[in-house]
Amino acid sequence: MNLKHALAMLGLVGLSAAAQAQDPNLARNLAATCANCHGTNGHSVGGMDSLAGEAQDKLMQKLMDFKSGDKPATIMHQIVKGYTDEQLTLITAWFAAQK
Amino acid sequence: MFTRRDFLKTAGIAAAGSTTLAGLSACATAGGKSRGHVVIVGGGYGGATAAKYLRMWSNGTVDVTLIERNPTFISCPISNLVIGGVKQMEDITVGYDNLKSKWGVRIVTDEVTAIDTDKRTVATARNGSLGYDRLVLSPGIDFIPGAVGGLDGNQERIPHAWKAGPQTVLLRKQLQDMADGGVFALHIPKVPYRCPPGPYERACVVANYLRAAKPKSKVLVLDSNEEIQSKKGLFTKAFESYKGLIEYVPNSSLQSVDAASLTAELEFDSVKADVLNVIPPMRAGDIALKAGLPLINERWVDIDWLTMEAKGVPGVHVLGDALFPAPTMPKSGHMANQHAKVAAAAILNLFEGIAPNPTPVVMNTCYSFVDDRNVIHVASVHQYDAEKKQPMPVQGAGGVSAAANEIEGKAALAWAKNIWADMLA
Repeated sequence: MNLKHALAMLGLVGLSAAAQAQDPNLARNLAATCANCHGTNGHSVGGMDSLAGEAQDKLMQKLMDFKSGDKPATIMHQIVKGYTDEQLTLITAWFAAQK
Repeated sequence: MFTRRDFLKTAGIAAAGSTTLAGLSACATAGGKSRGHVVIVGGGYGGATAAKYLRMWSNGTVDVTLIERNPTFISCPISNLVIGGVKQMEDITVGYDNLKSKWGVRIVTDEVTAIDTDKRTVATARNGSLGYDRLVLSPGIDFIPGAVGGLDGNQERIPHAWKAGPQTVLLRKQLQDMADGGVFALHIPKVPYRCPPGPYERACVVANYLRAAKPKSKVLVLDSNEEIQSKKGLFTKAFESYKGLIEYVPNSSLQSVDAASLTAELEFDSVKADVLNVIPPMRAGDIALKAGLPLINERWVDIDWLTMEAKGVPGVHVLGDALFPAPTMPKSGHMANQHAKVAAAAILNLFEGIAPNPTPVVMNTCYSFVDDRNVIHVASVHQYDAEKKQPMPVQGAGGVSAAANEIEGKAALAWAKNIWADMLA
């Protein structure tokens, strides 16, 4: 059992602790919010970028460039601002790990 | 928490209540590996997504039964393009085959007639009764009976086309049959309703068709609301580009209709149309009311946003348009898909005996066509606020297109392909 699991189990025992515990599948859950457009687990079926298996630093750089406005976009510059940098790190690591 | 013994008991109830589904119930328990049985009612954007993600994220260890009355999924998003003659019904129709063969979801094509949330059973019209450990209700919307005088029972004459399917085909046919110089009147109910930008998109794509095919005609937009409810600046510009073709009339509260003469009686006016398209006032799908779920304003289901469970009804998770929305959260297919993922994650946590994710995030994108190829979007991201106990829109994030453009026309169609695959492939 890793630390995240241990924290989640603590959350079950004491509900007050649950608020602080990070979900064991947080990265997966966050990445799933991208799947509507970018495909299940980041496998696009066409017309949108696939994210699965892309290098994390490359994905992160793109997102940061959307956030700063350095990279022009139709919509991603607006969506990326809805996520914290910590969340984007979790999301990009998760997609990078997909085959 | 449901134990395995409880699950067997529930499955037993299902088997006893039905000969047709007894085999399925036995199948659910035979392997001994199932962590539970989830029944999903409604195979639209919410329910289909929940079915796939429950199977995918549990590696097949949770049994999922999806009950849907229609044999195929027909998408509301993009259906305005069918009405406008740009797309065909087959372009917006997707089967449930992959959910069955690839993901192992049991598909039951049937009507749910009753839900007993105490006994945890779902009654169907033709397949008897099914027991569940957890229920996912994604019932969409139904129209409020009697809300518009003279309308009930006349939907063949006065289509809504606000549920994609035969109504979409019917409205397209009425538009095609309309003579040049005719009036296509579109009535919009007061907010909240399914798909905030949808009616304005419909006005545009109908006008786009008429401009080429029947240029002497008119689209009369009768809006109950005091102004355009979504992408206002962009739709205002689009309407201006159809000058003479689209007439927008705000504060047009519809009192009654006369189906014989296709007359709409407004509060202070009376309008005769050649095609009368009334989107009636709506509420959560009837089955949510039948199940006795808690409603806000007698219309929308009140839920706990961490698990998506109806308040005070543990084990019943509700998704999509049927919900009383969190602040600025639209009733959209995209959002229903996001609700489904929050619910699926929560259900799997609960089966494992751990707390639901305390920090869920959902986001929305709605693309609208202003003609056959130019599109405008609205997007938002909603992060769970522990104090307010609901998702709140992130300030400074989201927004709308700078202007209608063809790049997003392609993106809108790619969005559709990808979200349909995310649900059903």
